[in-house]
Parts: sequence; C-alpha cells; structure tokens
Amino acid sequence: MAIEQFQHWYENRHIYQKDWKKRTGGKMIGFFCTYVPEEIYYAFDVLPVRILGSHELQDVTEPHIFAMFCPFCRDVLAQGLKGKYNYLDGITIGQSCIHLRQAYTSWDQHLNPGWSHYLPMPSHVQSPSSVPFLKGEFELLIKKLETLTGKTITDADLEKGIEIMNQVRQTMKKIYEFRKQENPPITGEEAMYMTCSQFFTDAREWLPVAKQVLKELETRKLDRDPGKRLMLVGSENDDIAFINMVEHLGETEAVGATIVIEEHCTTTRYFWDETQEKTDDPLKAIAARYVARTPCPSKDWPKRTRLDRILKFAKDFNVDGAIVLQQKFCDPHEADIPFVKQALEKAGVPTYFLEFDVTTPVGPFSIRVEAFLETLETEDDLFD
Amino acid sequence: MAKYPTEQLKCWSKAKELREEFYKNFAQAKDKGGLRWMGSAWAFDAVPSGLGEDVYCVTGEPYGATCAFDRPLSQKFLNASANYGFARDLCAYMRNYWGSILCNKYALGGKFPKADFSWSQHICCSHAKWYQNACELEGGVPLYCVDVGAGAYPPFEPEMYAHRIKYVSDQLLEGIEWLQKVTGREFNDELFAKAAWNDIRSTYKWAQICMLNRATPAPLDEKSIYSFYVFGTLQKSNKAFADFYDELYDEVKDRVDRGIAAVPNEQKRIMTDTQPPWGFLKIYRYMEEWGVVSIGSLYTFGLEGMWLYDDEKHEFTPRPMPEQKPRTREEICTMLADWHLSKPEYQHFYHPEYKTKMMDSIAKNWKTDGIILHYNRGCEGLSVGIAENRLGLIERGNKVMAYEGNMGDANEFDEAATIKRLDIFMESLGLSKPA
Repeated sequence: MAIEQFQHWYENRHIYQKDWKKRTGGKMIGFFCTYVPEEIYYAFDVLPVRILGSHELQDVTEPHIFAMFCPFCRDVLAQGLKGKYNYLDGITIGQSCIHLRQAYTSWDQHLNPGWSHYLPMPSHVQSPSSVPFLKGEFELLIKKLETLTGKTITDADLEKGIEIMNQVRQTMKKIYEFRKQENPPITGEEAMYMTCSQFFTDAREWLPVAKQVLKELETRKLDRDPGKRLMLVGSENDDIAFINMVEHLGETEAVGATIVIEEHCTTTRYFWDETQEKTDDPLKAIAARYVARTPCPSKDWPKRTRLDRILKFAKDFNVDGAIVLQQKFCDPHEADIPFVKQALEKAGVPTYFLEFDVTTPVGPFSIRVEAFLETLETEDDLFD
Repeated sequence: MAKYPTEQLKCWSKAKELREEFYKNFAQAKDKGGLRWMGSAWAFDAVPSGLGEDVYCVTGEPYGATCAFDRPLSQKFLNASANYGFARDLCAYMRNYWGSILCNKYALGGKFPKADFSWSQHICCSHAKWYQNACELEGGVPLYCVDVGAGAYPPFEPEMYAHRIKYVSDQLLEGIEWLQKVTGREFNDELFAKAAWNDIRSTYKWAQICMLNRATPAPLDEKSIYSFYVFGTLQKSNKAFADFYDELYDEVKDRVDRGIAAVPNEQKRIMTDTQPPWGFLKIYRYMEEWGVVSIGSLYTFGLEGMWLYDDEKHEFTPRPMPEQKPRTREEICTMLADWHLSKPEYQHFYHPEYKTKMMDSIAKNWKTDGIILHYNRGCEGLSVGIAENRLGLIERGNKVMAYEGNMGDANEFDEAATIKRLDIFMESLGLSKPA
C-alpha cells in the first residue's frame, strides 16, 4: 500500500534527506515554522524541509533555552545540537511564536551551516499593510537566496513553486475528504504521517505517492470500529504515540475513537489555504496567501478568526468531541484556549484539555481520554 | 562605612504625585466627559492624544506591576484569572490585569474602570492577545494593535529598510481612521504633533538620565530608577512626564557634579536584566547593605529610553533627537515608527546576540563588576534568549549570576534561595557579608 510510504518517510527523514542531497546535488534548507514561503524555495530549486522534534528525552538544550519555554522548541534545537541535521545548507524561520525563535537563533548562533535567514513575517495579518510589507520581505529573501544558489529567478519560476505547493495542498485536502466518511478509510495516525512526511521530502517525490494513496482510498476499507469521531485542536503536534493510543483504545476498552480532523500547524493550518495562481504579481500572491491562511493564534487578532475554521471543521467532519491540546508553556494557544473551549461547547461539541510535553504519558493520558470518551457515550446526566 | 555623601532625591514626592494623578485621571475620566483607553506600555500613546485633551489611558505593564507590589491583592487577581481558565505560566502582568477585570477591582481603589477602546502594540506573542482577551472580558471593547515586529534596527541589520518603517507608519495611519470611527471624534493633528514630540523628548531624556549613572559613585540606584522609568511606560507622550524628566535630569546631573551617591558605601557595581520580582524589591536594599549598587539594566535604560548601539566602538549612547519636527500626519507617523523600531528592548526579539552586545557594552561603559540575570517566568518576551545572553556575557569576561523568579506572581519567587544565591555571588565579587 502506498500509504505506508508516508510512515517510512516520517521515520527515516534523515536517511531520505541525505540521500536526496546525494542524488540531486541540490541545496537543502531547514525551516522552523510553517510561515516560511516554500514556493520561493522551490522556485530556486532549493528543498525546504521542516525541522520537527524527535519526541525523545534530551539533556542538551538547558544551557540555551530557559526551561519555561515550550518543549517543542527545545526538542527542535536538540536535533541540531545532537548533530542530526549537519547536512543542511542553511536554516530559516518565518516569524511566529517567540519560543520557536529561540530554537532558530540558538541554532543560528552555534550551528550556522553558512546560510540563515530570519523572515519578519507580519503578525497584524488582518491589516491591509501586511501584504506589501511581506512582499518587501520576500524581495530581501530572494536576494539572499541568489547568494546561496548563484541563480536569479523569474515570475515563471515563482509560478512553478506556487503550482508545486498548491498541488500538495489540494491533494492533502482531497485525502482529508475521505475522513468525512462514516467509517474513514484512513486513520488519524496515517493522516498525520501523510502531512508530516511532506515536510521531510521533496514535494515532487511526495506527490505521486499521495496521488496513488488517493486512488487506493477510494476502495480501502478498514477493519475497525471507528468509535467516536474526535477533532484535535491546538499547538504544534506530531505526537504519533498519542494518536496511536487514542485510536487503539477501542481494542481494549468499551469505547474507541478515530481522529477525523485536526487544527494544528502540522496539518490543516499548514495546508488548507492555497496561493492564487497565474496572477500579474506572483510574489504578491504568495504574500497574500501567507497573510490570509488560518493563523497561528499569535497572529489571530483583533478578530479571533480561527474559531470560524474550527467550528466549520467540527460540523463538516461531524465530530463527537474535541481534544484541545497545547504544548506546555505555549503562550499563544494558552491565551486562546478558554475561548476555543467556550466556542466549541456553545456549538454542542464537548471538549477535553490536555497539556503535551516532549513525550506523552501514554498510560495516564489513555485513562483520561477513555474517561472523556465515556462522557460522550452518556446522553443523560450520570446522577439523573 | 560611607565612602560617599548621599541625600534624598528632591523630586521624589513630585514623581509620586504625578503617578497618582495619572491613575486617578483614568478612573475619573468619565466624570469629565472624557475617554478612556487601555493598552501596552509600548503602545504609540501619542496617537490617541489626537482625539482631544480629555483622553486618558492605563497601560497594562505598569498596572500589572502595581498589582504585583500588593501581594494579597495580586493573589486574588491571579486566582480569578486561573479560575477563568487561563494558564498559570502566561504573562503575570496580563493575568493580574485580567484578574482585575474579572474581580471588577481597580488596584488603586474602586471598581475597574472600563475602557472605551483598546489601543496597543504587538511584538511578543502575548501583547495583542492580552487586549483581545481584555476587550472580550469587558464585554466587547473595540481593539486596535500595531504590529512592530518589523525586524531589527541597524547595526543589527544592514539598513532600516523603507518598507519596514512604512509597515508600521501605515498601521498608525489606519489606526487614526479607526480611532475616529470608534470614538466618533475628529482627529486633531496639532494635538498629535505635540504629543509625538513629547514622546521623542521623554524617551530621549530618559536615556540622557541613564547616561549620568556612568559616574562613580552612581547618582541613582536601580530601585529608585524603577520609580522614575515608569513614566515612560505610563504615557511617554504626556507633557507633564516629559517636563518632569527635564527636571530629573537637572537634579541627577547636579548629584554627579557634587559626587552625591545613591549608595554611600558603593564598593561594587552590578547591572540586572528584565523586570524584577515586584513584590520583593527589598533584595536591592539587601545588596546595598553589602556595598553593591545596581546601576540599572538594558531593561530600565532601554524599555522606553531610546539608544543606539555602535558595533565598531562597542558603545551604547542616546539616540539623537530628530533634527526637525515633522509637519504632517504622515511625517509624524513615519518619525514615530522609525524612532520606536530602534528601541533597544525590541532588538532581542530577533536574536539574543543583539542583546548580549548591548548588555556587554553597558557592563563595560557603566563599569560593572557583575551581572544578575532574572530568569523571569512572568515575562516570556523579555526572557526570550536569556540563557544565550548568560553564555555570551560569560564568554565576554563578565561575572554572571542567574536566579529564577516571576515579576508578577509571588508564588514563583523563592526569597530565601535567592538571598542565599546573592550572598554567594557577592562573596565571589570579593565582598564580605555585613556584620
């Protein structure tokens, strides 16, 4: 099954990336946040790969990052400090939360591979001033990429980059459509492997596999009871062990569940919105896309626009409940969570809150999730 | 044993009066038919001044610090915020502020005065979210925030790119239209121009005052500096505050000329970093008993004071005022944008190395013997990169001590352990515990 390739890429990201460099002789840039315009990197034929954590305990970041900052940023920096990415040609970040910036700046300071770029992505994305500002920043980025590659690019190159990334987004959305089915032919775990593996691979090599998966999903039947339909909402999350635990509860307990949709920067916040193609000004179109995409909560003001998307997902994917999760110390999400919970509950979607760290306490969390699922089973009040 | 003469600051009571009046004005704004707004200490506060002379503000950071100073009251506010569902590791000023709204209690007496609108800025993840939530908790107050995360200022970037200044100035211009819409008032450019110039005056003069603390003995200690720097955080465009800084400058200059010390037994000089634990300022007095004066910090100098760092000379000096006053609304917005984007306390948001350089320059030019870093659990914005600052300062030959605490949540400060740590650090500077 083609779908298994996603897990293989996810688990063997370094082998793939080293091999890609060997095969193509191309440049590879590690990026720290989904506010990096991958379209522009593809226009230069430079491969952008996202740096995620490893979900392994580590003891190398303490001198570099104050312990009250999120476990994800420390896990990301640990990958660099442990030498796992010593094959990169450069690193970059699109300005988002200040926690992840620390991972980037420490990496830049101690492990700079020779090229680095800090992109001041605007936070006032609801202001009309954001698009021209971001376009100006993209122009600076392009100059910097010219120094890395020795190349110049044209609008046609930018259109090529837009097309590649849009195809990725369209394909992911088509795969997500299958998750709306009563018994989805793809689990939440598989969907997470699908989205995250794209971060680690060349989109031009990922796409044929994803298109094959699309075909296979048309006839695929999973021999499992989907149980309750859950949505995950919150911080960066690629905690496969947690998702696996949730989706296997039904094998041992009275209630089971399937994750049918997420609102994370590893999934829908990353890919749901496309860039307009074939405009007079492709750079402006790319800027407009990053300004208009579902925002990280750090950029979601004055109006809290995320809520509309979350509520639409809840309805479209027919969810029974939502697990609102955050990386420990994740301030942007912490500031939103009471309002996200209120909005979901007002819409009749029960919620449960969990705080994530580098590793998940699967045992205690399984008891908590199981208890949550049991509350979804109970239609009447326990003491009626 | 006193090495130097000392005396009380003459303008101390005036500072107290000005501060009290500021908070009273906000509370009583409605009695005079005026407007109230809330926002960050870093908001471009000159802009709402264009709405009239009866427009008063409260700025959240100094308000949060005021709450934190009163520990029992602060605990109530923090509990209210936690009970609402906000995480306990969020900005402690912000939680005190939200708690104040939730308890409907103004830390300076009476009910919490509801603002007519919120006018703020955004650079750390919490700034705009603070007022987004405050507006919601107050039942739907209109909000406008200016994003100042437009990149570092030279010399940390090769140049100040025009599109970056334009991004901020355009938001200010949009904000003026928004202010007229939500208040129904016409914007007065003349009032705006005056307020903007007061902003430039006060932030420039504050840096000049801090420069005077290069003298030995230091004319000001940091605990006193906290009482004065606050005016820049309350409302830097306020004429009374700008005038007060002129007076303060003259008095501090006179102290330098006459060799008047803040700490009469000054033996060692230290600098600090980030906000202090406001409920425990006595640690500064404790250090004075050892003969240690804290001459200030990048935080107290550069939170509102305007400086430029010279990479070649490794110098940190006040940024010269603009040569001429701006004439049009557009010119004023451009001037304010450019002026504030150079704020020293904005630069570390882009890279800790920038802050390390400025801190090391202060350490060398203000002749400090050691640096005390507050790993402040209450403010992610000013503690971002602090661990790298520690490493960088040590590499540059500074003696550095770190302690963990929280500026606005007393639950996260271990007083006994911090005192113990201070004892060891001061001994390492060659001092002996006072009898």
